Amino acid sequence: MSPQDEVPAIDASGVARRFGRRWAVAGVSLRVRPGTRLMVTGRNGSGKSTLLRVLATASRLDQGEARIAGFDLRTERNAVRRQVALLGHHSYQYEALTARENLEISRRFLGAPADRVEALLSEVGLLARADEPVLVFSAGMRKRLALARALLQDARVLLLDEPYGELDPAGFALLDRVLGEQQRRGVTVLLATHLLDHGRALCDEAIALEEGRVIWSGPARDLPDPGTA
Amino acid sequence: MKGLWAALRKDLLLQWRTRAQAAAVYAFGASALLLFSFAVGPQASLLREQAAGFLWLGLMLSSTLTLAESFQAEAEQHALEGLLLLPASPRALYYAKALANTTALFLLGTGLLPMMVILYDAATPRVPPLLGIVLLGSAGLSAPGTLYAAMTAQARARQTLLPLLLFPLVVPVLLASVKATSLIIHGDPMGQLGSWTLLLTCFNVIHWSLCGLLFERVVED
Repeated sequence: MSPQDEVPAIDASGVARRFGRRWAVAGVSLRVRPGTRLMVTGRNGSGKSTLLRVLATASRLDQGEARIAGFDLRTERNAVRRQVALLGHHSYQYEALTARENLEISRRFLGAPADRVEALLSEVGLLARADEPVLVFSAGMRKRLALARALLQDARVLLLDEPYGELDPAGFALLDRVLGEQQRRGVTVLLATHLLDHGRALCDEAIALEEGRVIWSGPARDLPDPGTA
Repeated sequence: MKGLWAALRKDLLLQWRTRAQAAAVYAFGASALLLFSFAVGPQASLLREQAAGFLWLGLMLSSTLTLAESFQAEAEQHALEGLLLLPASPRALYYAKALANTTALFLLGTGLLPMMVILYDAATPRVPPLLGIVLLGSAGLSAPGTLYAAMTAQARARQTLLPLLLFPLVVPVLLASVKATSLIIHGDPMGQLGSWTLLLTCFNVIHWSLCGLLFERVVED
């Protein structure tokens, strides 16, 4: 075990984020071991997306402390960003550019090998449409491209916010396969989803949020259905 | 530097892919020059005298469209946020965008010069210094304009906000560019061109330095 594996992948204490006078996340504490797959569930507006965005440093941390792979969210933002990839509601793509060009842009910033783009386009099933502008892509294709972009980052922590949304059955299978590969590589995954049965089968641990607070946590297989907790 | 080149390639590619928009902005600028000539009337000497002012007003009005459009693509799917999360340096992203905007405004200004010559009979054989002033003036509009375009990209009233914020700040650019252009067209017996060029250069040095530092505060949540 390397020294980096000994520190938690995510160590958050009292994490809070507010918009105006409303606390979207109101004091969430988490300690996630490296390689864990954690399901984050809860009703619409319960704070799942905001929590993931805060952990990805896409949204500011208003209160509390959090470390990703040992790096402080407030003071070591760039180091945190090198550890984390976020697949969220925004595709982070330029619609006027092609799928290949979009991935190439990210690759140049990351300094990843040139052949990674082709490999990822092939992996997410977009190689045949790689030279078409994203503007003409369906929502599911954009999601696949966003997944390829997230994988390009080779992150130690993968934050997936409703990743199954808009995907067809083949896309579901693709994502499950990708999650399996990421687990074999020791990547920590936070999976925000409403697909409870799928999440229970895929994840090791789970938390349920309500009004920005954790109302249940434990092994994913024991996660109760909503209203029975 | 690697981040700057990557960002610059991205911005130039985006501008190339949206070149129809650039053509529309050019048509807008040319229309403005045409309307100025109608407003003044058929007095050739007056038109020629005011040619530099009309050129720079046309360029300044058109610049708000170019600058606002440059952040439209970044805002649509939160692409800029995606780059920041990679993580890309905010400073590299700013300088690349400002350089790309300077290029776009320089090409726009250069394209408007023949219109100025035709409409206002304001020809000059001193083309290289004129292009130099267009370049300096474009850079002067681009440096604060890129920052303000980023600030207003997510605002509902961005089309109004950007000129409201930008125009008061770039008055020195307008003044110096108009004077310098006028001196190039009409002659410079008192040797004033150097002073106006220096003012433009100083404005650029200050704003290219300051806006690069402020950009991170604008784009980070």
